[in-house]
Formats: sequence, C-alpha cells, structure tokens
Amino acid sequence: IVWWKCYRSEKQYVGFATLPNQVHRKSVKKGFDFTLMVAGESGMGKSTLVNSLFLTDLYKDRKLLNAEERINQTVEIIKHTVDIEEKGVKLKLTIVDTPGFGDAVNNNECWKPITDYIDQQFEQYFRDESGLNRKNIQDNRVHCCLYFIPPFGHGLRPVDVEFMKALHEKVNVVPLIAKADCLTPNEIKKLKDRVREEIERFGIKVYQFPECDSDEDEEFKQLDKELKECCPLAVIGSNTVVEARGQRVRGRLYPWGIVEVENQSHCDFVKLRNMLIRSHMHDLKDVTCDVHYENYRAQCIQDMTSKLTQDNRMESPIPILPLSTPDVETDRLIKMKDEEVNCYVIMGNITYIG
Amino acid sequence: TPHSCKTVPGPGMGDFSYVGIDAILEQMRRKAMKQGFELNIMVVGQSGLGKSTLMNTLFKSKVSRKSVQATSQEKIPKTIHIKSVSHDIEEKGVRMKLTVIDTPGFGDQINNENCWQPIMKFINAQYEQYLQEEININRKKRIPDSRVHCCIYFIPPTGHCLRPLDVEFMRRLSKVVNIVPVIAKADTLTLEERDFFKQKIREELRANGIDVYPQKEFDEDAEDRMINDKIREMIPFAVVGSDQEYQVNGRRLLGRKTKWGTIEVENIAHCEFAYLRDLLIRTHMENIKDITSSIHYEVYRVRRLNENNTAVAHANGLPQHHMTSHEM
Repeated sequence: IVWWKCYRSEKQYVGFATLPNQVHRKSVKKGFDFTLMVAGESGMGKSTLVNSLFLTDLYKDRKLLNAEERINQTVEIIKHTVDIEEKGVKLKLTIVDTPGFGDAVNNNECWKPITDYIDQQFEQYFRDESGLNRKNIQDNRVHCCLYFIPPFGHGLRPVDVEFMKALHEKVNVVPLIAKADCLTPNEIKKLKDRVREEIERFGIKVYQFPECDSDEDEEFKQLDKELKECCPLAVIGSNTVVEARGQRVRGRLYPWGIVEVENQSHCDFVKLRNMLIRSHMHDLKDVTCDVHYENYRAQCIQDMTSKLTQDNRMESPIPILPLSTPDVETDRLIKMKDEEVNCYVIMGNITYIG
Repeated sequence: TPHSCKTVPGPGMGDFSYVGIDAILEQMRRKAMKQGFELNIMVVGQSGLGKSTLMNTLFKSKVSRKSVQATSQEKIPKTIHIKSVSHDIEEKGVRMKLTVIDTPGFGDQINNENCWQPIMKFINAQYEQYLQEEININRKKRIPDSRVHCCIYFIPPTGHCLRPLDVEFMRRLSKVVNIVPVIAKADTLTLEERDFFKQKIREELRANGIDVYPQKEFDEDAEDRMINDKIREMIPFAVVGSDQEYQVNGRRLLGRKTKWGTIEVENIAHCEFAYLRDLLIRTHMENIKDITSSIHYEVYRVRRLNENNTAVAHANGLPQHHMTSHEM
C-alpha cells in the first residue's frame, strides 16, 4: 500500500466535499434518538427540569403519592417517549424516570433496579448486534443520567456517593445541584467546591467534557472553559411563565423577586441545556457506545466464557466464528470431539473449551 | 408504560419554543470532518480500457496504480493480481482516504475461466477481516473499513452486446458488491451507436438477472426511487478519461485531442463522465457505502454465522444450534 498526500487547487474541484451533506441528508431522513435518565429523591424538581429542557409537558397526568403510600413503594423505572421535530430534524427522546429512588426509610441498594435497567439495555443491544437480522436495531441504551443532589445539605450524602459510584462505569453521570433557588450565590459556590472535592476524593467518575479542538473559535473555547468551571451545574426549572422586566419568561414568582430560569446569573439551566442538547449530545452518545457499552460487552464475554469452563453449558447470544478458513477449523473440531468436549467457544483469538 | 406525545410548548411561550436539537447535525458534521471519510473503489476490466486514466480523472490526481509505480512498458501479468493503492486527499476541509484497487490480468489471458475468483476472494476477505474485528472482545473504536464499496466494471466499446465474460463476472459479483458498469473508451462510438449499445446492455443485464447499482430493491422511498430510476435509464455510462488539459474556447479543459476535434471529458454533450463522477462522488457516495455495509456485508455475515453453527453442531454430533427466534 502506497501513501501520497495530494492537495488540489480550487479549479480542480472533484466534489467529495459534499460528503458531509450526504451524511447530513441521511441523518435528517433517519432522525436521531436520545435516552436521558433522571435520578434523585422525590421533590428535587426532576420532572419540572425535564419539561423545561425539552419544552414538553410529560407529567400532566401524574399522580403524586403521599408518605403513607410511599412506604411500600419500590424504585420503579418509567419511560416516557416524545417525538420532537425542529427545523426538519427529528429527535425521538426517551426520558427514563426513577420514582421511588431514595425515598424509603431504608435505601440500601436502592440503585439496583436502576443499574439492572441500564444493564438490560446493554444486554438487549448486545443480543441484537450479535444476531442475524440487524436491520432495525433499536438503541435503548441510556446515554446520560442526570443525578439531582439536594441543595439543603453540605455536600454529597452517602446515598449520593454510593449511587454515583454504582453507575459511573455504566452510564454518563452528570450531577446537578437541584432547586438552586434556595441558595445564595456564595452558598452555591461553597457547595459546588465541596461537591467537586468530594467527587474527586471518592473517585467518582462523572462525565468528562471532551477537550476543545485546537481549531475551534475563541468564543467556543471560552464557553467550554466556563462550562467546565461551573460543574456541578446548579439548576432551577419551571413549568410556568411569569412576567419579569417587561418580558414573559419561564420563572418562579416569589414575594421577594422573580427567578428567571433562563437567566444565566440566576442559575446554570442554560448551560445545562446547551451542553446536553446543543453541544454535547453526540459526544454523550459516543461515550456510551465506545466506552460504557464496550466495557459491558467485554465483561459479558469474559463472564460467559468463565462460566462455560465451569459448568459445561453454553448459552451464547454472540456469534461463534473460527479463526481461519472452514477447512482448517473442521480438523480442529474433529480433534476436539475426540477429547470429549461438549462445546467450545472461539472468539477473536481466544479459544475457550468446556 | 411508555406513551408518546408531541411537543407541547408552555402557555405563551412564543419564541421560547426552541430546544435546539438541530444543533446535533452540526455536532455530527464536526465529528465526521475530524474523522475523515474512507472510500474503496475497485476497477475491473481488460488491459488498455483506460481504468487507471479514469481513476485519475475522477479524482483529479494521480491516484492509480500506474501513477505510483514506474512502468516503462505495461506487461500483461500471467495471473490476476490485486493491487491496492491508497491516498489521503482533501477538499474544502473534508479529508478522505481513497483506496483504488486494481485488478491487472483480468480478462487478458487466453483462457479466462474463473477469472472472477481471485476478485471474489479478495472482496470476501475484506468482509471477513471486518467481521473478525467486529466480534473481537476488545475491538477498535472505529473499525478500519477495507471493504470494497464499489466495483467499476469496464465494458469494451464493441457496440454490439455484452460478452460472455462480462455476463459471468457481473452475474456473480453483483451479489457481493455494488457494480457500476461503464462503457470504456466511448469516443469510438457515435451517439446512435452508443444508445443502441446501452439498450442492448440493459436488456442483457435484465435477461440475466444482474442487479447493478443502484439496485431497485434497495431504493428507500419514493424520492430515492425517482432519482434512481433516472440513473437506471442511463446506465451504463459511456465514459472517456483523460489527465491531459487542452485549451478549448479560452478555457483549459481535460480532454483528448484528435485531428477532427477535441473530446472534452467533462462535457456531457461529448461523454457521460460527468454523470459517473456525480453519481460516485457528489451524490451517491454515502449511499454506496451504506449499501455495502448494511446489505452486502450483512449477507456475508449471516452466511458465515450459519456456516459456523453447522460446523460446530456436526463436529459435536449435536443438533444444530439454532439462533433464537428474536435474532432472525
């Protein structure tokens, strides 16, 4: 294979510069999908925030449980799906809600239904990807988990730490300080510093924003820097419109003033929305596919093969392929049969015998 | 239970009803630009049909095998060789790794029986390589794609009809790769002869059940079908290639200069090179790659998986391990 670098002048236009447009056209036709999980105790403003982010009204038929009803409630997983279309771009948005999380008296391992759910989606995708008909695989993997930290305490509580650690290697965790309108700017700063320090101290791997490309413009780089310095983002949501400074805005009306959700000096809502939707949605999906899912898959294969050598039974959703041409393989198979092997799995360059 | 509902803006939201999801297109574009694109084109046809020149003309660079190797005299090899040459080319910030796969020796022997075999083997070997990488435990983030996206088949400009070799080759290979047949060195045909030839070729392709690109069964929707029907009425494109420039009416153009006039390669009144270029590069390149990965490769993969299940079952005297129903 010979490599050459060729640069051409304007007049020698070939036309493959249209490639991004061709890909673009295909994507617009197909549409996008995005799965967002929200987790945190009841009353942290999760539903309101989701409605504010996507300008939807997903929860209008919701019935809130009282304390007595909540005694026996377990953590549920509820999915809402919304089709959003803007400027010809179609997005199928799935919100995965986790009501009941952290609400019980004893919250031991209350994250288990959530981690199980995430794993199930990975497993489903793994099966689909390994199957014979891959035409219309549905991607239900969770691309991002917004975790709502209460603003009332002095940093992370044990349940916050345990939850994030249980999830940080399965999904992109984005911690948020909820209901930030009960804090003064100073208090917010202190809380953010404290949470950042604890995240590092406890080894919690929250979602990392990718480095800016060197060729990005200065404005973008500046915004990126501000975003990173602001984490964890302190958010306020609202389902109502109020009048402030002569304009109608999304906000919360208090006797002492009006909180404007989209006012960047009031909270980080705009930063969250921009990050989640306008600048990092694609990266969130990429990290889910390239890192979290691949880790799951590799682990799954290893688990299956070690289980295989243990109890001689095989249930493989993954394809089995010989290393070399079928002829060489048949010899090997026959040889193995003589050794009274029940079955075996060859994956990549490794052969596991059971 | 999941339920669907349309976007419901809050009361009196006015122009707050903008979430900004169209920005994802820009995010995708940035990523694609960063990663660059890959394209693998194979050229098949007898010696002397202008394959190398056509590649150079298409990409306006010396990308073909001949431009890279110094060959004083072109010798016809005794067997078919498969030779890959890769280039990094760039245009308006879009980077592409172009690989041109040449097949010198094809159709040049006295006995050309089975001359499609080495080519078929090569194409399948690329699918196999991709498959092995895909099932690896620790796989690369982006699997390098060496699969042949498109095979340009050069038909000699006899003016009569397809030869048995042409039919045999295209019949077999159209099942595993996108075939784009072209009439080579079309400057030996008058327009009437060209139309007659094309019609004969289309009839013969139909009669032999040969599906060339763009295949009717892969049209995605009515819009696609409309565009592709027009293309199907025009193929095979009658092409002329050239990497020499001549002065014509005050402009410098790629062409072939003869005593009776200058053939302008990019002039659609002269030949159909521009249509081929537009199809392969400007409009259908992404689609060609799509069909390769989502159809041809998938067919190969399914066959391999089934083959292997049978082999495992036989060797162990077990009943065949059927893939569970949700996978079919």
